[in-house]
Formats: sequence, C-alpha cells, structure tokens
Amino acid sequence: MKPAPFEYADPRTVDEVLEHLAQRGDDAKILAGGQSLVPMLNFRLARPAMIVDINRVDGLGTLTETDGTLRVGALVRQRRLEGWSRERSPLLVAALSLIGHAAIRNRGTVAGSIVHADPAAELPALLLVLDGVAVARSPRGERQIAAADLFQGPLMTSLAADELVTETRFTLPGPGDGWGFHEVARRHGDFALVGAVATLRLRGGRIDDARLAVFAAGPTPRRLAGAERALAGQSPSPGLFREAAELATREMDTHGDIHATADYRRTVAATLVARALADATGRAKDPTR
Amino acid sequence: MTRTIRLHVNGQPYEGTVEPRTSLVDFLRDALDLTGTHVGCEHGVCGACTVLLDGQPVRGCLLLAIQMDGARITTVEGLADGDRLHPLQQAFWDHHGLQCGFCTPGILLTAKALLEENPHPSDDEIREAIAGNLCRCTGYHFIVEAIRAAAAARR
Repeated sequence: MKPAPFEYADPRTVDEVLEHLAQRGDDAKILAGGQSLVPMLNFRLARPAMIVDINRVDGLGTLTETDGTLRVGALVRQRRLEGWSRERSPLLVAALSLIGHAAIRNRGTVAGSIVHADPAAELPALLLVLDGVAVARSPRGERQIAAADLFQGPLMTSLAADELVTETRFTLPGPGDGWGFHEVARRHGDFALVGAVATLRLRGGRIDDARLAVFAAGPTPRRLAGAERALAGQSPSPGLFREAAELATREMDTHGDIHATADYRRTVAATLVARALADATGRAKDPTR
Repeated sequence: MTRTIRLHVNGQPYEGTVEPRTSLVDFLRDALDLTGTHVGCEHGVCGACTVLLDGQPVRGCLLLAIQMDGARITTVEGLADGDRLHPLQQAFWDHHGLQCGFCTPGILLTAKALLEENPHPSDDEIREAIAGNLCRCTGYHFIVEAIRAAAAARR
C-alpha cells in the first residue's frame, strides 16, 4: 500500500510541464489534486516513472463566467467551484456535493476528475451535458476537445501523452432553464451505481432545448441524443418523460459488475432520467408564460 | 532522490528529508514522531488520516509529503492546550464518542473544521460532515451527540 518509487518534479510554468511530458511521454503522470491518482499509486495500479506535480504552476487557478461560459482552470479544487456555484448554479452544487467527501473535494480538482474519466464520476457527465470542452496544451499548441470526443472508455481519454489540460469550460444553463440531477449510490460519497442529469428550457409551454446524459451506466458518460430529439418541441408530461426514459435505455451501453447488474442499471437509469426531467421541468421558468 | 522540506505542524516549525513517494501521514508519524494521526486504508476512504491543511480537512494518505514544503498542518496533537482537552475532545470524553479510538483523531479534525464553518450544524449536517470517516465501533450515535454538545458549548 505504498507507491513504487518515482521521480518528482514540481515546475512553475506550463511550458516546463510540457517539457517534462514531451521528454517522458507515458512514463510521466500529472499530479493535480491526487485524489484519484494517489490511491492508484498506493495500490500500484499506476507505476509512473515520474510525477509532474502542477500544484505550483502559475495561472491555472482561473474561475470565471462570461456570457454563460464557465471557465475552470486546471488547479481549481472541487470545493472552490462548489462554493462559487452556491450563488450561481444549483445544478453544479447538487453534482459537486456528491463527489466523495469534503476532505476529498478540498483537494480534488475539477479538471483532474474529468481527465481521470471514471465512468461513474459526476464531473465528466456534467462536462458532457453542459456541452463542455477541455482545453489542452502540448508542444504542438492548444486545442479544444469537446466532451463527446474526450471520453473514450473507462479511465481513457483522447488526450495525448504530451498534453496538459489547462482549463475546462462548461456552458451553464441559462436563466430560467431547469435542471435535474439524480444518482443512486450505496452510501453518500460513494461512486454512483447509476446517475442521470438533465437541463431544459421551456418556451410557450413546450420543451425548447433539452440536454440529457447518464453516467455509471456504461464505459463513459453518455449523452442521450435520441431521447433529446424525442423531447424537443413537446409539452412536458409524465408520459413523455417515461417515453424519453425508455428511449434512453436503448441508447445506453450498460454493463454489469460486482456492484450492480446491467438490468438493474438500465431500470434505475430509466427512473432517474424521468425524475431528472420532471425536476428540470418543475424548476424551469417559461418566459412566455 | 530525496528533498528537504520545511513546514509548520501545530504551529511548530519542522524540517525533514523525504522521498517523493512518502505520504504526508507517514512523514508525520515516522519522521516527526507525531503518531496521533492514524493510517487506515491508505486510499482515501476511511478518513483515519484526516488532518487540516490551512484549516481544511484533507486525507494525509493522499498527499505527498514532498508537496507540503511551506504548508501549515494541524494534527490531533495540536488540539489540546497542555493538559486541558479541546472542547471537542472533552465532549467526546463526556459523551463516549469513542471506543477503540482509531478513527477519533480524523473525526475530531473533521468536526473542528465543520464547527468553524458552521458553528451550529443540524444532526444531518453533522452526519454528512463525518460521512467520510469510518467508525466501526460506535455506530456514530455518540459521535454525533458529542459534536452536537461541543457546538452547544461554544454558544
């Protein structure tokens, strides 16, 4: 339960981080909050030759919102975003407060959870449902990776070994948009057995824009495009939500493991999707009414 | 490779030489002989190693000591004032908030941070705050009572 030996660097600039990554490639791992990486080191599930600690890098602490786009620097701790969100985004508060425990969120970063890409984690699902992007830097320059292209499988992303995510961006629900976030876990703070998140806008009593995703129900969090299309332009009702939930289960690539069977996850996911949609409708303010 | 770090623990300056892989909790116990902080699961689940970093609870097993150069840490040894127990420690004594005591240092520090942020928590808030600290003896009931009593004593 102790990590294997590794070299350690704690550079002060992004360029120095990129140099280390360019030199060491897959042998190097980036350490931000360490709340996922250090357990893997302790179990020796990860044995990097080098740890590049970014905690002393300047300029990665951005936390700003402009025109509905939330920019979160790579060193913003989950607890800091949680505090910021109390005034701005109840959806983020609901999701963040379910990540581990306060002691974990005090250290764990937003970007770190996203690039760790645990299929049962809340933040990757949020990035996906909020049309988010990860901003990655490498010696080749900077690129923006849409959430849908980022998550490739359990703990797998499309990031190259020499890329550092410097920032993540989320498109926050607009004023008046409703939201719903539900997950089932054995205990508070445990990884979700299955979860669902929805946002939607109402115009003239009809659903104008619905965003829907599930997590812990497959190898990656999943946007439910078919269910979103089925909701568009419809009047919200329990029947419609059941129909969307039914469509959603057909879009999922659900798996079973020691924690829950695939059938259990599909059944519970359908219920959570319907609940998230009902919550989102209840919270939405229709500007035309 | 080793590196020398300097940090403050319970207000006292310390210096030590660490390998990169040494965790904060192992450093506190083995290098500084502050054995009040306990090592449980070593992967961030049990909360036994919880200490305060700049006043906020963190897992001592998920931080590397080498990262702590310049840090300010509070451990359970920093709670009592000489022979006088900290109000939380006194409340745990009075309300039988511990049996074997293994989880107690982590719970005391978690509760200290809770009461500083939220001086009058509800029972639900207390339970949520200590949800990341596993106790296999008490069933938590007396722990919640003790924290509630310590909060009341502060009024």
